[in-house]
Amino acid sequence: MTYLAKPKLLRADTPRNALGYTRRDYEGAISTLCAGCGHDSISASIVQACFDLDIEPHRVAKLSGIGCSSKTPDYFLGNSHGFNSVHGRMPSVLTGAALANRTLLYLGVSGDGDSASIGIGQFAHAMRRGVNMTYIVENNGVYGLTKGQFSATADKGSKNKKGVVNADSPIDLAALALQLGATYVARSFSGDKEQLVPLIKGALHHRGPAFIDVISPCVTFNNHTGSTKSYDYVREHNAAVNRLDVILPKAQIEASYPPGSLRRVVQHDGSILHLRKVGVDYDPSDRIGAMNHLQERHALGEIVTGLLYVDSSGDDMHAHLNTVEKPLNQLGDAYLCPGSSALAALNASLR
Amino acid sequence: MKPTDLGAPDYLHKVVDCQWACPAHTPVPEYIRLIAAGRYADAYAINWRSNVFPGILGRVCDRPCEPACRRGRVEEQPVAICRLKRVAADLKGDITDRLPQPPQQTNGKRIACIGAGPASMTVARDLAVLGYSVTVFDSGKSAGGMMRSQIPKFRLPDAIIDEECGYIEGLGVEVRLDHWIGSLRDMLAGGWDAVFVGTGAPRGRDADLPGRQEAAPNIHLGIDWLANVAFGHTTSIGRRVLVLGGGNTAMDCCRSARRLGGEDVQVVVRSGFDEMKASPWEKEEAIHEGIPIHNFLVPVEFVHDNGRLTGVRFEKVRAEYDAKGRRNLVPTGEPAVLMPCDDVLVAIGQENSFPWIERDIGVEFDRWGMPVLDAKTLQSTRPNVFFGGDAAFGPKNIITAVAQGHEAAISIDRFCHGQDVAIRPSPLTNLVSQKMGIHEWSYANDVSEDRRRKMPVRDLPATLGDVRLELELGFDVELACKEAARCLNCDVATVFTPRVCIECDACVDICPSECITFTADGEEADLRQRLKAPANNTEQSLYVADGLKTGRIMVKDENVCVHCGMCSERCPTGAWDMQKFALHVAHAGAEVTPA
Ligand SMILES: Cc1cc2nc3c(=O)[nH]c(=O)nc-3n(C[C@H](O)[C@H](O)[C@H](O)COP(=O)(O)OP(=O)(O)OC[C@H]3O[C@@H](n4cnc5c(N)ncnc54)[C@H](O)[C@@H]3O)c2cc1C
Ligand SMILES: Cc1ncc(C[n+]2csc(CCOP(=O)(O)OP(=O)(O)O)c2C)c(N)n1
Ligand code: SF4
Ligand code: SF4
Ligand code: SF4
Ligand SMILES: [Mg+2]
Repeated sequence: MTYLAKPKLLRADTPRNALGYTRRDYEGAISTLCAGCGHDSISASIVQACFDLDIEPHRVAKLSGIGCSSKTPDYFLGNSHGFNSVHGRMPSVLTGAALANRTLLYLGVSGDGDSASIGIGQFAHAMRRGVNMTYIVENNGVYGLTKGQFSATADKGSKNKKGVVNADSPIDLAALALQLGATYVARSFSGDKEQLVPLIKGALHHRGPAFIDVISPCVTFNNHTGSTKSYDYVREHNAAVNRLDVILPKAQIEASYPPGSLRRVVQHDGSILHLRKVGVDYDPSDRIGAMNHLQERHALGEIVTGLLYVDSSGDDMHAHLNTVEKPLNQLGDAYLCPGSSALAALNASLR
Repeated sequence: MKPTDLGAPDYLHKVVDCQWACPAHTPVPEYIRLIAAGRYADAYAINWRSNVFPGILGRVCDRPCEPACRRGRVEEQPVAICRLKRVAADLKGDITDRLPQPPQQTNGKRIACIGAGPASMTVARDLAVLGYSVTVFDSGKSAGGMMRSQIPKFRLPDAIIDEECGYIEGLGVEVRLDHWIGSLRDMLAGGWDAVFVGTGAPRGRDADLPGRQEAAPNIHLGIDWLANVAFGHTTSIGRRVLVLGGGNTAMDCCRSARRLGGEDVQVVVRSGFDEMKASPWEKEEAIHEGIPIHNFLVPVEFVHDNGRLTGVRFEKVRAEYDAKGRRNLVPTGEPAVLMPCDDVLVAIGQENSFPWIERDIGVEFDRWGMPVLDAKTLQSTRPNVFFGGDAAFGPKNIITAVAQGHEAAISIDRFCHGQDVAIRPSPLTNLVSQKMGIHEWSYANDVSEDRRRKMPVRDLPATLGDVRLELELGFDVELACKEAARCLNCDVATVFTPRVCIECDACVDICPSECITFTADGEEADLRQRLKAPANNTEQSLYVADGLKTGRIMVKDENVCVHCGMCSERCPTGAWDMQKFALHVAHAGAEVTPA
């Protein structure tokens, strides 16, 4: 961490996006995390993605639970809506917010403890319900904020800083999300922004539950030999299945790819996902295949990264529940509370 | 790209933009920090070592450091470096006990310096402290050269020149005034071990136009007229004055004329406003004092009424650029313009002239009448004769004269010891970590967002009424501290140790000027396009380090780094460190380090 605020001086040639904002305009308060924490890189990737996508900061609601990871929404998108909820309860608060106002972009930020330990139930139901959101878990395998106890994503056999071996089986949140109905599932690494930033962009343009499991080393409590979530370990065992480029509806397509190496997925809003093949022949539209691939590779000690699964034909919670288009705050009192005669009529219809 | 060698000569020096741009390489950020700490005498001492005339230069330096200052690239305005130098001089108190003492015994060598301008006085200072017997000859009545005779008193009061030339005389240098040297041959016959020629560029260029002879009484050569004003021989001028020329001499002429009774003073320049040679602040001052500047007018005739000057006729021109980008001024064909006036000051250039140097004594001159010199050693074709200042390569400025004085002194010292003058002593450098604790540095790393402070000045009526009254009042302590805080400490260098870097990106994410990138190696031109933020200023280096675990390289664009140290504060492994780079150029007497 640093004590100083970043100076506001801007060089004359600072890049600006279509809205005239600089990357700095998407930053938040100065981070108080440990120096070198992977979470800070994820914050920077979110900043980069929102800058690149010309997102208006006031169109975003960022929600989190408790943990070092859940603190990070304070450090990006300083001009967006924010809700720092209770430990493990971010998914239900986000679901409620999305129900009340579907016009915002929902960004849930959580930790492996927050989502896989205390919040596993909430996590599961948000995925099942098809909430339209981007859900990022900053996964370091430990409870960083409470000084490094193993979390539910810690690999069996991995060692903590004192050398104690974890005996419990890990939860693979990406595999769970696949099983539970998330329609955009990715895994990445905080130390690889080239991979991570496009994955966040694709997720922000996805309709339905988009989940990204980002391995994010805790430099203070889980970056030693024996850890399977350290910078070195993740770099050595990273097995990417593809590389993503996100092409916005308006943008000209310039890149050219050798034939057979590219997969194109058009999302609801017209944005195009270009998936470049890396090594293996991987089909990101095959949910069962994706689940198998994750298990196989995990057994070999590999960490599979990339866009694991995408289904751009799915509906979201609003479609399932047939909710009203307009945000509740714009409907007006009379509409929201139609009075006792309407209630009486409803009751009568149910008798 | 080739990894950067921080130990390579000049690499870190170049990062300290101001020091690099200063001809004498004054350690600017070091003295600015001392001013911020209230250590004015120490700040003065650092300046005095480098540039000999801090009080003078703090007022009238041409300040090449300021356009170079990094602050101008990350904000709008550079640090007021020159003004801060004056603060050190104004507030230093008594510094006599800090001045060096010449050795008890002289070394038996006798050196003559001709001219008592800044170049000669620098040679004298550098050699006197080594034990040389130095005698300075000048035709004038007091030391200082053009600083004394041409620069107007409202910019540079006599007391400051007296003080700073006095420090040099105090080292045992003999200054023989009122002493014109009429023959270098005779001088050389005097048995001097070496002779230094610091006689400046004393001749003003004339405007040889119809009417020049007839109207001569009211047409004055700018630099001569300024000398007459400086010495009190000229105390008035006509009501309507035209100043021809666009350099600093023209600015001094018009502003002096305004103070001597010229009510309607106008400057007329051949070139456009932006191409004028005068420093921007000099032009601003002139305009502020109610002096209009007219551009693209070429004088063609002095109009007179039987020898009484009545005006000057000008032809209108415009700038045209040829294929090579060279500018030509071509007549527009519009009717000529007649500007009425009572007096004209001609300030269209200065020339060298060496009528007193015989051409058969081994000192060669080129076809433009300039001495043939070695650009580095300033030695002439006669080994015991050296040149410096305006006499060497034509009119420049005080700080250049000082820098050349230092170099000439090194040459003279080596020459007098029978050493090869071409071999130069290297500067003294040092690189030390500034880390004091987890987030503690021995320099103020929080970057001030303040804008440049304005110089307080006397009110216009008072200053226009007295040509000897100093206009600028100088910064007080509060202004000085605020301005000093704007300095970005460019000498506190970012030093990267790839071996311990874990590539966590923390530095990349925190850097406020987005100047750090980890990426695949490539050629410089390609790399410059691939960095986190554009790196289009090719004058500024890329700092490149390899040896990272992933095989990528670290590239830092030096251009806009604000030296905030945040990269180092964020680095979990100490791969980044902030280290102060000190560089003191060698002066006469410094040892040559074996290669
Ligand atoms: C009007 C004007 C304004 C200027 N303003 C600035 C300014 O604001 N800032 C700046 O940095 N520079 C300024 N300059 C330029 C600066 O004054 C000179 O570049 C600088 O003084 C050159 O120093 P020097 O040591 O080479 O010689 P000079 O300062 O020119 O000194 C040479 C001395 O040698 C004497 N001399 C010459 N020949 C002989 C001889 N044969 N025998 C004995 N004595 C001799 C001369 O009388 C003179 O005193 C200005 C110049 C002019 C004309
Ligand atoms: C209800 C509740 N139980 C326990 C805690 C203590 N606690 C705070 S953060 C945390 C774990 C956070 O782990 P994770 O979500 O992985 O975040 P990290 O700090 O690792 O980023 C725990 C158990 C709490 N704040 N609230
Ligand atoms: S304890 Fe770990 S997770 Fe928390 S800020 Fe420090 S490095 Fe990051
Ligand atoms: S910011 Fe300070 S050190 Fe940097 S160039 Fe300007 S004056 Fe010099
Ligand atoms: S000191 Fe470091 S963080 Fe600050 S601007 Fe320079 S490179 Fe960036
Ligand atoms: Mg965690």
